[in-house]
Amino acid sequence: MPATDFEHAIDVRAVRRVYKARPRDVVALEGVDLEVPAGEFFGLLGPNGAGKTTLIKILSTLLLPTSGQARVFGFDVATETRSIRRIMNMVAGGEHSGYGLLTVREQVWMFSQFYGLGVGEGWRRTDELLAALDLQDLQGRRVSALSTGQRQKMNMARGLLNDPWILFLDEPTLGLDVAAARTIRELVLRWRAAQPGRTVLLTTHYMAEADELCERIAIVDKGRILAIGSPAELKRRVQRESIFRLELDRLDGGPARLSGLPGVVRAVPAATDGAQASATEPRAPVLNLVLEDDAALGGVVGALGDLGSRIVALQKSEPSLEDVFVELVGRGFDDESADVDGRIGPRDGEPDPERDAERVS
Amino acid sequence: MTGAPAPTPDRAVAPVPVANFGRPPSPSASAEWSRRHVLATSLRTVLGRAYPRIIGTAREPSWVFFEILLPFLTTSAFVFVYRALHAPGDYIGFVVLGGAMLAFWTNVIWSMGTQLYWEKDQGSLELYFCAPSDIMFVLLGMAFGGMIGTGTRAIVVLGAGTLLYGVTFSVHQWLLLIVVFLLTLAALYGLGMILASLFVLWGREAFHLTDFLQEPVYFVSGLNFPVGRLGLLGAFAVALIPLAVGLDAMRQLAFAGSDSFGTPQPAVEALILVVMVVVFVGLARVLMRALERRARQEGRLSARWQ
Repeated sequence: MPATDFEHAIDVRAVRRVYKARPRDVVALEGVDLEVPAGEFFGLLGPNGAGKTTLIKILSTLLLPTSGQARVFGFDVATETRSIRRIMNMVAGGEHSGYGLLTVREQVWMFSQFYGLGVGEGWRRTDELLAALDLQDLQGRRVSALSTGQRQKMNMARGLLNDPWILFLDEPTLGLDVAAARTIRELVLRWRAAQPGRTVLLTTHYMAEADELCERIAIVDKGRILAIGSPAELKRRVQRESIFRLELDRLDGGPARLSGLPGVVRAVPAATDGAQASATEPRAPVLNLVLEDDAALGGVVGALGDLGSRIVALQKSEPSLEDVFVELVGRGFDDESADVDGRIGPRDGEPDPERDAERVS
Repeated sequence: MTGAPAPTPDRAVAPVPVANFGRPPSPSASAEWSRRHVLATSLRTVLGRAYPRIIGTAREPSWVFFEILLPFLTTSAFVFVYRALHAPGDYIGFVVLGGAMLAFWTNVIWSMGTQLYWEKDQGSLELYFCAPSDIMFVLLGMAFGGMIGTGTRAIVVLGAGTLLYGVTFSVHQWLLLIVVFLLTLAALYGLGMILASLFVLWGREAFHLTDFLQEPVYFVSGLNFPVGRLGLLGAFAVALIPLAVGLDAMRQLAFAGSDSFGTPQPAVEALILVVMVVVFVGLARVLMRALERRARQEGRLSARWQ
């Protein structure tokens, strides 16, 4: 049992959040219930606009629920904000907080003052965190001169200044290269392992990241939690079917052409984990093919031949969190945000509840 | 693959003493702060937020051109007009004094009032609200940092204007002059805090208010002439606008013996400033709390492009 006096770090009961918007209000969260034990590394996994960020903003006291109740270590987010702010911190992906004319060391120190550290203590803690993040060489560099990855490492240092009991990470590796993302993940794991009771709530739409970091995951879509469990538990849900990852040179008519074949449960675009398609070299269609059993594959191969599609690669897949999402929702993880041409995020003009709601509110 | 994980490392990561700072033994103990801790955090917040404003003065020397030399041209224009009209010598002094105080007003409306809009745009605003310190002390830090940085500019304008245009001051009540100056700054920045809180609610729509407060306040504050010359309008300005009442009191104190043009004595104007400080700072506090709650209801604390 972690060294805390609360069983649950997060306790969310029937939380609903509606954004005022035109032409109609947008329901970002619809009756969410969630319990996260103290000391757990918990993930919210879902596509853009699923409601993950809305929930993290409610828990971090930036947003009020329209109805329902949310508590962080027993403190009500609506009425005990001061208490929550003393024990939490938050880091978001793509964060550009602070002031470009300050050096990295000065910026982190400045935030230490907002958490009540003494002047000297603030400098000492800043130095220790910069060392832990391997940022010593950059400590005298102006914030405005940092790369995205360096800036995010600095933001992580800021997020750990007050040694929070709960750390909210909202897409913390968004837009980072592989090395920078790995550094961030390793730091969070190290920090959490260093003392019992440190709780992390991570939102991400990178499935592999959630799989790697989280002890339990809630799969979120359209404001609802669809399933909660450990990555292994969630994957066991789809173990009964055969899943193949299929890369084709082309597929006229899209995955729907395969869905009706005998023995085919579903054919959906595979998730791209943030890869962006090149404007000049569109990505080849990559599908996840869910079959009743392996024997159905022959029929699919034949049908592809009839459609004039050539198989570039075929791989039998172990169940992934994406497969779990498909099982739960009936569509691919990126169906609304990325199709087989690899584009991520809602297309221009397509609905994204959080984005659209905030734009008009 | 952007941002996606590398091959899964060992989940049992060795405990490394990252930021293990000996915090209290439980979340509830960590959330329990003594009054002394709250006060210390508030003061440190002021220091922390003032820091970039103070340090920025040294790091961005372009302000010498944009915030001293350019505004000084306007001041100089009035000096030449008064000279051409053979106005009393004190008027040159009024203009130089007004030029110095103009720096504070500009700082209040553009670097206090609108600051939270820019902070929201950068993503800093939500971090200020997430931090355990009261947002009012963040505003106070902005105010102190602004006073120090702008004070430097005001002194340069005052010194340069005095030397270039031969201004002669006649001060009989130094202490009252200093008190009035400090009260004027406190009232001005208190008004800036009110503006800042309105930006939390209105977002960029509050720029209209800022625009409204710029040129009209320049006019009715008597930056370049005694506000008493405006008659009833001047009386309203003295009663309502801290720049007007503060500048008029300083003008009377810095040029002792000059005509008051019907405005109250400096001591009375100092009392008006005291009232303004209490009302503005108190109102800013009430507004900030109310508007924070409303902004949390409407999701405005982190909507960056509003």
